[in-house]
Amino acid sequence: MRLLPAFPFLTQLLFLLPIAAGLFGVLLPALGYLPDLGGDKFHFEVFRQLLEHPALPHAVWLTLFSGIAATFISLSLAIFLATMLSRTSLSGNKNNRMASLFVIVRRGLIPLIAVPHAAMALGLAFLVAPSGWLVRWFSFLLMGWETPPEWVTVQDPFGLSLILGLVLKETPYLLLMILAALPQIRAQEYIRIGQSLGYGNLRSWLKLVLPQVYPLIRLPVFAVLAFSLSVVDVALILGPSTPPTLSVLILRWIDNPDLSFRFLASAGAVLLLLLTLGALLFWRVSEWLLLQKWRNWLSNGKRGNRNEAQKLAALSGLLLLGTAFLSVLGLAFWSLSLRWPYPYVLPQRWTSRNWERHWTSIQETSFTTLELGVIAVLIALILVVGCLENEQWRRVSFSFRSQWLLYLPLLIPQATFLLGIQILAVRLEMDGTFLLLVWSHLLFVLPYIFLTLADPWRNLDTRFPQIGQCLGASPLRVLFRIKLPLLLKPLLVAAAVGFAVSVSQYLPTLFAGGGRFATLTTEAVSYAAGADRRVIGVYGFLQALFPWIALLLALAIPRWRFRNRATLL
Amino acid sequence: MLKLENISLKIDGNPLFSKLNLEVNAGQVKTVMGPSGCGKSSLLAHLCGTLPSVFQTSGKIILHEKTLDDLPPHERKLGILFQDDLLFPHLSVGENLAFALPAKIRRHERHDKIEQALEEIELSGMHERDPASLSGGQRARVALMRTLLAQPVALLLDEPFSKLDQELRGRFRKLVFAHAVKNRLPTLLVTHDHADAQAAGGDIIAL
Repeated sequence: MRLLPAFPFLTQLLFLLPIAAGLFGVLLPALGYLPDLGGDKFHFEVFRQLLEHPALPHAVWLTLFSGIAATFISLSLAIFLATMLSRTSLSGNKNNRMASLFVIVRRGLIPLIAVPHAAMALGLAFLVAPSGWLVRWFSFLLMGWETPPEWVTVQDPFGLSLILGLVLKETPYLLLMILAALPQIRAQEYIRIGQSLGYGNLRSWLKLVLPQVYPLIRLPVFAVLAFSLSVVDVALILGPSTPPTLSVLILRWIDNPDLSFRFLASAGAVLLLLLTLGALLFWRVSEWLLLQKWRNWLSNGKRGNRNEAQKLAALSGLLLLGTAFLSVLGLAFWSLSLRWPYPYVLPQRWTSRNWERHWTSIQETSFTTLELGVIAVLIALILVVGCLENEQWRRVSFSFRSQWLLYLPLLIPQATFLLGIQILAVRLEMDGTFLLLVWSHLLFVLPYIFLTLADPWRNLDTRFPQIGQCLGASPLRVLFRIKLPLLLKPLLVAAAVGFAVSVSQYLPTLFAGGGRFATLTTEAVSYAAGADRRVIGVYGFLQALFPWIALLLALAIPRWRFRNRATLL
Repeated sequence: MLKLENISLKIDGNPLFSKLNLEVNAGQVKTVMGPSGCGKSSLLAHLCGTLPSVFQTSGKIILHEKTLDDLPPHERKLGILFQDDLLFPHLSVGENLAFALPAKIRRHERHDKIEQALEEIELSGMHERDPASLSGGQRARVALMRTLLAQPVALLLDEPFSKLDQELRGRFRKLVFAHAVKNRLPTLLVTHDHADAQAAGGDIIAL
């Protein structure tokens, strides 16, 4: 117990050290200083080069447009869906068919969140491609299109499919964040008050609940914005390639055999950081401006009682879920197909050959993925449980500042500080070590585990551990025999969420692993550039499967373990 | 003997009560009475050592000539019963009892002790049962037995009868006090219910 105060300290160190080091490591080469490559003087020459680069203006525009648009659409959709989903839990809902639709949407959200970004993007790429599944269904049903239409959908120049890919993943995430925040502000009571004053459900929500709930989800929204601006794997798969978004451009410069491009990459990474900070600031200012403009709307007395919104929400929710599941299903089909030419809706011939041919590589990459995820999750769980225990025994609450600290790795572009870490790691001859790789995953796994576990942990009836102590059990025994078993379900769910986060990491694996460790994600993304959809199907589907299995176990184990314990089922 | 010397409790600087002095002899029950919010439950939490740090305390707790104030909760040997039975929902009835039994009692003896305890509270053969499947009265008896199996040297009662219905209440009260006397435990009851205080028989201190 005396060691407890060490946990928050250790956790903060673990977070701040690599981020600070990473920013430092990328800033020096951006200013021309990198002795290993002959840069021994500070100057702004690299930035001048960067700004004069022909691909830059378009890349910057594309990055800002796709990032901000994806965040705006995801947030709007999430709020819209939340107004409806939160209502079905209200008693006395007469519209049963609609209610059951919403239940489906709500249940479907969870597995959707577990699907890695890359897998979703790969599946979506097949779904919306000109020769893809959607077009095939249309031509099958309507007898049109003997040859694929000549549209550009995937990798379109405006980044629309990139935006769609991000929206598919971020909407469910933001929606869950909103739903989780609602009880905190007693949303249902406010909606009831609104309704009793004659406001419709949607208006009650927008006028009474949204202004209260938004501050609670601001950090997740910022995380989504930062992620969308700097995402690499989804942009590689769905984004335009000539020119690409800034983060992909940086990756290309790093991959350039001419090592002097690293200066340019570093300057690009610094620019990406500035763009992200600028976008966050822009978002915050826009929030304020919108509030000023719409403040009056909150109390103008317009009540709005129409119900079309409900149908629209159900439709958009189902569309979202449908697109996501069809994407993953498409991957599974491709992985089992021998021949599947246009315009067939289903493969002409099925086979297990794609799996057999890659079996050795599948085993190796699966094992690395599993090993990495399990170790990162275990370390994160120990640290998080230590921090939460410290908070309870010493009765200090995790402050607002620490909450921001936890979100820091999610707010700073991955490409920026990971590149810096890699540059420093090469200097310290630590690059490509398993330790560094686990550490880089930990940075992203830990916040999600903390955010998932903190509320159930804090809400556990404190009298259980108290009575345990009064019965003579030491704090350690109370932890292992009472708290951890009582919190088995949230613990396992948090572990599954953390594992899903680890599985989906692309850039950390690539940078911190120094290209020496192949996971399902790096394999899937690297095959994405090739044309063989069958191999893409194998790795993409596996990548989606792993988090699903973890989530399934997390839900099944407590059910089995507590099958005879009515209170915990 | 359980002795409280000049116990004062403050929350954020506002005093709840001050200079409480109290002595409870072995096998004796004393009652502290007061309306809700007067700090009577906090007093028991303070005795157990589980009071949140928003409270400031002063005074001395002495149990059989030993000062408890600097001991961690699990070394104080104070048995406590709450309003709710607080049986651990993840453990079976028997496991709940076994949790309380000191570790130095080994295997066979352990098993026998628990069977014996179950028999004593008329729950023979319920070892494997889910606590949630018991009736309110049965759960209250398991909670009492669990407290006693930890071999406490004093008993603290935090309104343990208030959630039971009238008939159960009288029976359970008798059972608790009988065990307190049998085990010669100094017993401190806090309640806002006059009937409980009357039934306890001992002195009543108003907070």
